[in-house]
Amino acid sequence: MSPRPYIRASSTTGWWLAQPRYVRYMAREVSCVFIGAYTAVVVVGLLRLAEGAAAWVDFVNALQTPASVAFHALALGFALYHTATWFNVTPKAMPMQLGEVQVPGGVIIGAHYAGWAMVSALLLFLVGA
Amino acid sequence: MNERQIDLEILRYDPETDEQPSFQTYRVPCQEDWVVLDAVNYIKDELDRTLSYRWSCHMAVCGSCGVMINGEPMLSCKAFVRDLPDSIRIEPLANFPIERDLVVVMDDFMGKLQSVTPYLVARDEKSIDDGEHHQTPAQLKKFKPYTLCINCTLCYAACPQYAHDENFVGPAALALAHRYNLDSRDVGRAARADVVASNAGIWECSFVGACSEVCPHEVDPAAAIQQAKIAATMDYFLGWLRPGREP
Repeated sequence: MSPRPYIRASSTTGWWLAQPRYVRYMAREVSCVFIGAYTAVVVVGLLRLAEGAAAWVDFVNALQTPASVAFHALALGFALYHTATWFNVTPKAMPMQLGEVQVPGGVIIGAHYAGWAMVSALLLFLVGA
Repeated sequence: MNERQIDLEILRYDPETDEQPSFQTYRVPCQEDWVVLDAVNYIKDELDRTLSYRWSCHMAVCGSCGVMINGEPMLSCKAFVRDLPDSIRIEPLANFPIERDLVVVMDDFMGKLQSVTPYLVARDEKSIDDGEHHQTPAQLKKFKPYTLCINCTLCYAACPQYAHDENFVGPAALALAHRYNLDSRDVGRAARADVVASNAGIWECSFVGACSEVCPHEVDPAAAIQQAKIAATMDYFLGWLRPGREP
Protein backbone atom coordinates (compact mmCIF):
# COMPACT_ATOMS: atom_id res chain seq x y z
CA MET A 1 0.00 0.00 0.00
CA SER A 2 1.05 3.57 -0.60
CA PRO A 3 2.78 5.22 2.36
CA ARG A 4 0.35 8.14 2.03
CA PRO A 5 -3.07 7.13 0.66
CA TYR A 6 -5.30 10.16 0.07
CA ILE A 7 -8.69 10.16 1.78
CA ARG A 8 -11.28 12.36 0.12
CA ALA A 9 -13.71 14.28 2.31
CA SER A 10 -17.37 13.36 1.90
CA SER A 11 -20.24 15.76 2.48
CA THR A 12 -22.42 14.98 5.48
CA THR A 13 -25.17 17.44 4.54
CA GLY A 14 -25.39 18.00 0.79
CA TRP A 15 -24.53 14.47 -0.36
CA TRP A 16 -28.13 13.68 -1.34
CA LEU A 17 -28.09 16.40 -4.00
CA ALA A 18 -25.20 14.74 -5.85
CA GLN A 19 -27.33 12.17 -7.70
CA PRO A 20 -31.03 12.09 -8.76
CA ARG A 21 -31.29 8.61 -7.19
CA TYR A 22 -30.27 10.05 -3.80
CA VAL A 23 -32.91 12.80 -4.15
CA ARG A 24 -35.57 10.16 -4.90
CA TYR A 25 -34.44 8.23 -1.82
CA MET A 26 -34.66 11.33 0.39
CA ALA A 27 -38.13 12.13 -1.00
CA ARG A 28 -39.24 8.61 -0.08
CA GLU A 29 -37.76 8.93 3.41
CA VAL A 30 -39.14 12.42 4.09
CA SER A 31 -42.63 11.24 3.10
CA CYS A 32 -42.90 9.62 6.54
CA VAL A 33 -42.71 13.08 8.16
CA PHE A 34 -45.92 14.14 6.38
CA ILE A 35 -47.61 10.82 7.19
CA GLY A 36 -46.57 11.28 10.84
CA ALA A 37 -47.95 14.84 10.86
CA TYR A 38 -51.24 13.65 9.35
CA THR A 39 -51.47 10.93 11.99
CA ALA A 40 -51.00 13.62 14.67
CA VAL A 41 -53.91 15.59 13.13
CA VAL A 42 -56.11 12.47 13.29
CA VAL A 43 -55.16 11.91 16.96
CA VAL A 44 -55.99 15.55 17.76
CA GLY A 45 -59.33 15.04 16.00
CA LEU A 46 -60.11 12.02 18.20
CA LEU A 47 -59.22 13.98 21.34
CA ARG A 48 -61.47 16.87 20.25
CA LEU A 49 -64.27 14.39 19.53
CA ALA A 50 -63.93 13.03 23.06
CA GLU A 51 -64.31 16.59 24.41
CA GLY A 52 -67.78 16.98 22.97
CA ALA A 53 -69.78 18.32 20.03
CA ALA A 54 -68.58 21.95 20.25
CA ALA A 55 -64.90 20.96 20.26
CA TRP A 56 -65.48 18.64 17.30
CA VAL A 57 -67.18 21.41 15.29
CA ASP A 58 -64.23 23.71 16.01
CA PHE A 59 -61.86 20.99 14.80
CA VAL A 60 -63.84 20.44 11.58
CA ASN A 61 -63.89 24.20 10.93
CA ALA A 62 -60.12 24.35 11.45
CA LEU A 63 -59.69 21.61 8.84
CA GLN A 64 -61.41 23.82 6.26
CA THR A 65 -58.91 26.67 6.42
CA PRO A 66 -56.71 27.15 3.30
CA ALA A 67 -53.56 26.24 5.26
CA SER A 68 -55.15 22.99 6.44
CA VAL A 69 -56.39 22.08 2.95
CA ALA A 70 -52.91 22.80 1.52
CA PHE A 71 -51.29 20.63 4.20
CA HIS A 72 -53.68 17.74 3.54
CA ALA A 73 -53.12 17.95 -0.22
CA LEU A 74 -49.36 17.87 0.37
CA ALA A 75 -49.66 15.01 2.87
CA LEU A 76 -51.82 13.05 0.42
CA GLY A 77 -49.23 13.53 -2.32
CA PHE A 78 -46.42 12.27 -0.09
CA ALA A 79 -48.58 9.39 1.19
CA LEU A 80 -49.21 8.24 -2.38
CA TYR A 81 -45.49 8.58 -3.21
CA HIS A 82 -44.59 6.68 -0.01
CA THR A 83 -47.04 3.89 -0.84
CA ALA A 84 -46.06 3.56 -4.49
CA THR A 85 -42.29 3.59 -3.82
CA TRP A 86 -42.54 0.97 -1.07
CA PHE A 87 -44.92 -1.24 -3.06
CA ASN A 88 -42.52 -1.05 -5.99
CA VAL A 89 -39.64 -2.50 -3.94
CA THR A 90 -41.62 -5.37 -2.39
CA PRO A 91 -40.43 -7.91 -5.00
CA LYS A 92 -36.86 -7.22 -3.82
CA ALA A 93 -37.60 -7.78 -0.14
CA MET A 94 -40.13 -10.57 -0.62
CA PRO A 95 -39.34 -12.50 -3.80
CA MET A 96 -41.46 -15.57 -4.46
CA GLN A 97 -40.35 -18.72 -6.20
CA LEU A 98 -42.77 -21.52 -7.10
CA GLY A 99 -40.64 -24.55 -7.95
CA GLU A 100 -38.22 -23.31 -10.56
CA VAL A 101 -40.42 -20.37 -11.58
CA GLN A 102 -39.82 -16.89 -10.19
CA VAL A 103 -43.10 -15.06 -9.60
CA PRO A 104 -42.87 -11.85 -11.69
CA GLY A 105 -42.32 -8.69 -9.66
CA GLY A 106 -45.41 -7.11 -11.22
CA VAL A 107 -47.61 -9.81 -9.68
CA ILE A 108 -46.24 -9.14 -6.17
CA ILE A 109 -46.65 -5.37 -6.61
CA GLY A 110 -50.14 -5.86 -8.06
CA ALA A 111 -51.14 -8.02 -5.08
CA HIS A 112 -50.17 -5.19 -2.75
CA TYR A 113 -52.29 -2.69 -4.71
CA ALA A 114 -55.18 -5.18 -4.68
CA GLY A 115 -54.80 -5.56 -0.90
CA TRP A 116 -54.76 -1.79 -0.53
CA ALA A 117 -57.96 -1.47 -2.59
CA MET A 118 -59.71 -4.20 -0.57
CA VAL A 119 -58.79 -2.66 2.80
CA SER A 120 -59.92 0.77 1.56
CA ALA A 121 -63.23 -0.69 0.32
CA LEU A 122 -63.74 -2.47 3.65
CA LEU A 123 -63.10 0.76 5.59
CA LEU A 124 -65.50 2.70 3.37
CA PHE A 125 -68.11 -0.03 3.93
CA LEU A 126 -67.61 0.07 7.70
CA VAL A 127 -68.03 3.86 7.89
CA GLY A 128 -71.14 3.57 5.74
CA ALA A 129 -69.93 5.59 2.76
CA MET B 1 -13.62 4.73 -38.93
CA ASN B 2 -14.79 8.03 -37.44
CA GLU B 3 -12.55 9.65 -34.84
CA ARG B 4 -13.86 11.92 -32.13
CA GLN B 5 -11.65 14.24 -30.05
CA ILE B 6 -12.49 13.71 -26.39
CA ASP B 7 -11.09 15.59 -23.40
CA LEU B 8 -10.39 13.17 -20.59
CA GLU B 9 -10.05 14.91 -17.22
CA ILE B 10 -8.29 12.45 -14.98
CA LEU B 11 -7.74 12.86 -11.25
CA ARG B 12 -4.03 12.36 -10.62
CA TYR B 13 -2.32 11.72 -7.30
CA ASP B 14 1.30 10.85 -6.63
CA PRO B 15 1.70 10.01 -2.91
CA GLU B 16 5.42 10.80 -3.12
CA THR B 17 5.07 14.37 -4.40
CA ASP B 18 1.45 15.59 -4.20
CA GLU B 19 -0.28 17.08 -1.17
CA GLN B 20 -3.66 16.39 -2.77
CA PRO B 21 -5.06 15.08 -6.05
CA SER B 22 -5.60 17.37 -9.04
CA PHE B 23 -7.12 16.98 -12.49
CA GLN B 24 -5.03 16.62 -15.61
CA THR B 25 -6.69 16.86 -19.03
CA TYR B 26 -5.70 14.78 -22.07
CA ARG B 27 -7.11 15.15 -25.57
CA VAL B 28 -7.65 11.69 -27.02
CA PRO B 29 -8.72 10.78 -30.59
CA CYS B 30 -11.36 8.13 -29.83
CA GLN B 31 -12.68 5.54 -32.25
CA GLU B 32 -16.44 5.04 -32.39
CA ASP B 33 -16.30 1.57 -30.84
CA TRP B 34 -14.01 2.54 -27.96
CA VAL B 35 -14.85 2.16 -24.34
CA VAL B 36 -13.39 4.55 -21.75
CA LEU B 37 -10.71 1.99 -20.91
CA ASP B 38 -9.48 2.14 -24.52
CA ALA B 39 -9.10 5.92 -24.19
CA VAL B 40 -7.21 5.54 -20.89
CA ASN B 41 -4.98 2.89 -22.46
CA TYR B 42 -4.29 5.33 -25.31
CA ILE B 43 -3.10 7.90 -22.78
CA LYS B 44 -0.84 5.31 -21.14
CA ASP B 45 0.58 4.09 -24.47
CA GLU B 46 0.87 7.37 -26.37
CA LEU B 47 0.67 10.40 -24.06
CA ASP B 48 1.69 9.76 -20.47
CA ARG B 49 3.32 6.59 -19.17
CA THR B 50 3.11 7.71 -15.57
CA LEU B 51 -0.67 7.22 -15.36
CA SER B 52 -1.63 4.40 -12.95
CA TYR B 53 -4.89 2.46 -13.11
CA ARG B 54 -6.14 -1.11 -12.78
CA TRP B 55 -7.50 -3.24 -15.56
CA SER B 56 -7.25 -6.77 -16.84
CA CYS B 57 -9.92 -8.57 -18.86
CA HIS B 58 -11.50 -5.71 -20.90
CA MET B 59 -14.79 -7.66 -20.89
CA ALA B 60 -16.58 -6.83 -17.61
CA VAL B 61 -15.54 -10.05 -15.90
CA CYS B 62 -12.50 -9.29 -13.74
CA GLY B 63 -14.03 -6.26 -12.02
CA SER B 64 -10.75 -4.38 -11.71
CA CYS B 65 -11.32 -1.30 -13.91
CA GLY B 66 -14.05 0.40 -11.88
CA VAL B 67 -13.79 4.22 -11.78
CA MET B 68 -16.07 7.22 -11.41
CA ILE B 69 -17.05 8.40 -14.90
CA ASN B 70 -18.70 11.82 -14.76
CA GLY B 71 -19.59 11.07 -11.15
CA GLU B 72 -21.08 7.64 -11.76
CA PRO B 73 -19.32 4.43 -10.67
CA MET B 74 -18.81 2.31 -13.79
CA LEU B 75 -16.51 -0.31 -15.25
CA SER B 76 -14.38 1.64 -17.72
CA CYS B 77 -14.39 -1.40 -20.04
CA LYS B 78 -18.19 -1.31 -20.23
CA ALA B 79 -18.70 2.44 -20.67
CA PHE B 80 -18.76 3.32 -24.37
CA VAL B 81 -17.28 6.69 -25.28
CA ARG B 82 -20.06 7.18 -27.89
CA ASP B 83 -22.60 7.31 -25.02
CA LEU B 84 -20.67 10.05 -23.22
CA PRO B 85 -20.16 13.79 -23.85
CA ASP B 86 -17.03 15.31 -25.40
CA SER B 87 -15.56 15.92 -21.96
CA ILE B 88 -15.26 12.95 -19.63
CA ARG B 89 -14.19 13.28 -16.01
CA ILE B 90 -12.56 10.16 -14.58
CA GLU B 91 -11.86 9.75 -10.87
CA PRO B 92 -10.93 6.84 -8.62
CA LEU B 93 -13.90 4.99 -7.11
CA ALA B 94 -15.56 7.16 -4.47
CA ASN B 95 -15.50 6.18 -0.78
CA PHE B 96 -12.08 4.50 -1.02
CA PRO B 97 -8.67 6.01 -0.19
CA ILE B 98 -6.60 6.83 -3.28
CA GLU B 99 -3.44 4.77 -3.59
CA ARG B 100 -2.17 6.52 -6.74
CA ASP B 101 -4.02 8.17 -9.65
CA LEU B 102 -7.03 5.92 -10.39
CA VAL B 103 -5.91 3.10 -8.10
CA VAL B 104 -7.75 2.83 -4.79
CA VAL B 105 -6.92 1.00 -1.55
CA MET B 106 -9.25 -1.99 -1.28
CA ASP B 107 -8.03 -3.44 2.03
CA ASP B 108 -11.19 -2.42 3.89
CA PHE B 109 -13.42 -4.19 1.36
CA MET B 110 -11.24 -7.32 1.35
CA GLY B 111 -11.41 -7.51 5.15
CA LYS B 112 -15.19 -7.17 5.11
CA LEU B 113 -15.53 -9.78 2.42
CA GLN B 114 -13.56 -12.22 4.57
CA SER B 115 -15.57 -11.36 7.68
CA VAL B 116 -18.83 -12.83 6.35
CA THR B 117 -17.49 -16.41 6.01
CA PRO B 118 -17.84 -16.19 2.21
CA TYR B 119 -17.67 -19.89 1.48
CA LEU B 120 -19.77 -23.01 1.80
CA VAL B 121 -19.98 -24.42 5.33
CA ALA B 122 -21.13 -27.95 4.58
CA ARG B 123 -23.21 -30.01 7.00
CA ASP B 124 -21.01 -33.05 6.45
CA GLU B 125 -17.48 -32.82 5.16
CA LYS B 126 -17.32 -35.24 2.26
CA SER B 127 -14.28 -36.65 0.57
CA ILE B 128 -13.98 -36.46 -3.20
CA ASP B 129 -14.74 -40.17 -3.33
CA ASP B 130 -18.06 -39.57 -1.59
CA GLY B 131 -19.24 -37.54 -4.57
CA GLU B 132 -20.99 -34.19 -4.98
CA HIS B 133 -23.30 -32.26 -2.70
CA HIS B 134 -26.52 -32.55 -4.69
CA GLN B 135 -28.82 -29.64 -5.36
CA THR B 136 -32.00 -29.28 -7.41
CA PRO B 137 -32.39 -26.56 -10.08
CA ALA B 138 -35.04 -24.90 -7.87
CA GLN B 139 -32.60 -24.78 -4.94
CA LEU B 140 -29.89 -23.34 -7.19
CA LYS B 141 -32.24 -20.69 -8.55
CA LYS B 142 -32.81 -19.24 -5.06
CA PHE B 143 -29.26 -17.88 -4.84
CA LYS B 144 -27.90 -17.95 -8.41
CA PRO B 145 -28.13 -14.18 -9.06
CA TYR B 146 -25.98 -13.50 -5.97
CA THR B 147 -23.17 -15.70 -7.29
CA LEU B 148 -22.55 -13.29 -10.17
CA CYS B 149 -20.68 -10.64 -8.16
CA ILE B 150 -17.23 -9.81 -9.56
CA ASN B 151 -16.08 -7.75 -6.54
CA CYS B 152 -15.72 -4.60 -8.63
CA THR B 153 -16.89 -2.51 -5.59
CA LEU B 154 -18.96 -0.12 -7.73
CA CYS B 155 -21.70 -0.71 -5.15
CA TYR B 156 -19.47 0.61 -2.35
CA ALA B 157 -18.67 3.70 -4.42
CA ALA B 158 -22.41 4.32 -4.95
CA CYS B 159 -23.48 3.68 -1.36
CA PRO B 160 -24.01 6.87 0.71
CA GLN B 161 -24.27 4.74 3.84
CA TYR B 162 -20.73 3.40 3.32
CA ALA B 163 -19.57 6.97 2.64
CA HIS B 164 -20.85 8.05 6.05
CA ASP B 165 -19.90 5.02 8.10
CA GLU B 166 -16.79 3.11 7.16
CA ASN B 167 -17.81 0.35 9.58
CA PHE B 168 -20.73 -0.63 7.33
CA VAL B 169 -20.03 -4.13 6.00
CA GLY B 170 -21.44 -2.96 2.67
CA PRO B 171 -23.45 -4.26 -0.26
CA ALA B 172 -21.23 -6.83 -1.99
CA ALA B 173 -20.09 -8.60 1.19
CA LEU B 174 -23.64 -8.77 2.58
CA ALA B 175 -24.99 -10.02 -0.77
CA LEU B 176 -22.36 -12.75 -0.79
CA ALA B 177 -23.25 -13.74 2.78
CA HIS B 178 -26.89 -13.95 1.69
CA ARG B 179 -25.86 -16.09 -1.28
CA TYR B 180 -24.40 -18.73 1.05
CA ASN B 181 -27.24 -18.41 3.57
CA LEU B 182 -29.70 -19.28 0.77
CA ASP B 183 -27.64 -22.25 -0.39
CA SER B 184 -29.34 -25.55 0.51
CA ARG B 185 -25.93 -27.18 1.10
CA ASP B 186 -24.81 -24.56 3.60
CA VAL B 187 -25.17 -24.56 7.40
CA GLY B 188 -23.04 -21.47 8.12
CA ARG B 189 -25.83 -18.97 8.73
CA ALA B 190 -25.31 -18.86 12.52
CA ALA B 191 -21.56 -18.26 12.02
CA ARG B 192 -22.30 -15.33 9.66
CA ALA B 193 -25.02 -13.80 11.85
CA ASP B 194 -22.57 -12.02 14.17
CA VAL B 195 -21.41 -9.86 11.26
CA VAL B 196 -24.44 -9.89 8.96
CA ALA B 197 -27.11 -9.15 11.58
CA SER B 198 -24.97 -6.66 13.51
CA ASN B 199 -25.49 -2.89 13.60
CA ALA B 200 -22.68 -2.51 11.05
CA GLY B 201 -24.28 -5.19 8.89
CA ILE B 202 -27.73 -5.27 7.32
CA TRP B 203 -29.24 -2.83 9.84
CA GLU B 204 -26.90 -0.06 8.69
CA CYS B 205 -28.53 -0.20 5.25
CA SER B 206 -31.39 2.27 4.75
CA PHE B 207 -32.29 0.88 1.31
CA VAL B 208 -31.11 3.70 -0.92
CA GLY B 209 -30.80 1.05 -3.62
CA ALA B 210 -27.92 2.76 -5.45
CA CYS B 211 -25.80 -0.41 -5.16
CA SER B 212 -28.23 -2.37 -7.31
CA GLU B 213 -28.58 0.42 -9.85
CA VAL B 214 -24.84 0.60 -10.56
CA CYS B 215 -24.11 -3.16 -10.41
CA PRO B 216 -22.73 -4.22 -13.81
CA HIS B 217 -23.92 -7.80 -13.32
CA GLU B 218 -27.39 -7.10 -11.89
CA VAL B 219 -26.57 -8.86 -8.64
CA ASP B 220 -29.06 -6.66 -6.72
CA PRO B 221 -27.31 -6.38 -3.34
CA ALA B 222 -30.12 -4.12 -2.05
CA ALA B 223 -32.59 -6.98 -2.48
CA ALA B 224 -30.24 -9.41 -0.71
CA ILE B 225 -29.89 -7.06 2.26
CA GLN B 226 -33.66 -6.51 2.62
CA GLN B 227 -34.27 -10.27 2.47
CA ALA B 228 -31.55 -10.77 5.08
CA LYS B 229 -33.29 -8.21 7.32
CA ILE B 230 -36.52 -10.22 7.16
CA ALA B 231 -34.61 -13.47 7.87
CA ALA B 232 -32.78 -11.91 10.83
CA THR B 233 -36.06 -10.56 12.23
CA MET B 234 -37.64 -14.02 11.92
CA ASP B 235 -34.59 -15.50 13.65
CA TYR B 236 -34.97 -13.01 16.51
CA PHE B 237 -38.65 -13.72 17.14
CA LEU B 238 -38.40 -17.48 16.62
CA GLY B 239 -35.37 -17.53 18.96
CA TRP B 240 -37.47 -15.66 21.51
CA LEU B 241 -40.27 -18.21 21.22
CA ARG B 242 -37.89 -21.17 21.21
CA PRO B 243 -34.74 -20.30 23.20
CA GLY B 244 -31.62 -22.02 21.94
CA ARG B 245 -32.93 -22.30 18.37
CA GLU B 246 -30.17 -22.13 15.75
CA PRO B 247 -30.84 -19.75 12.83
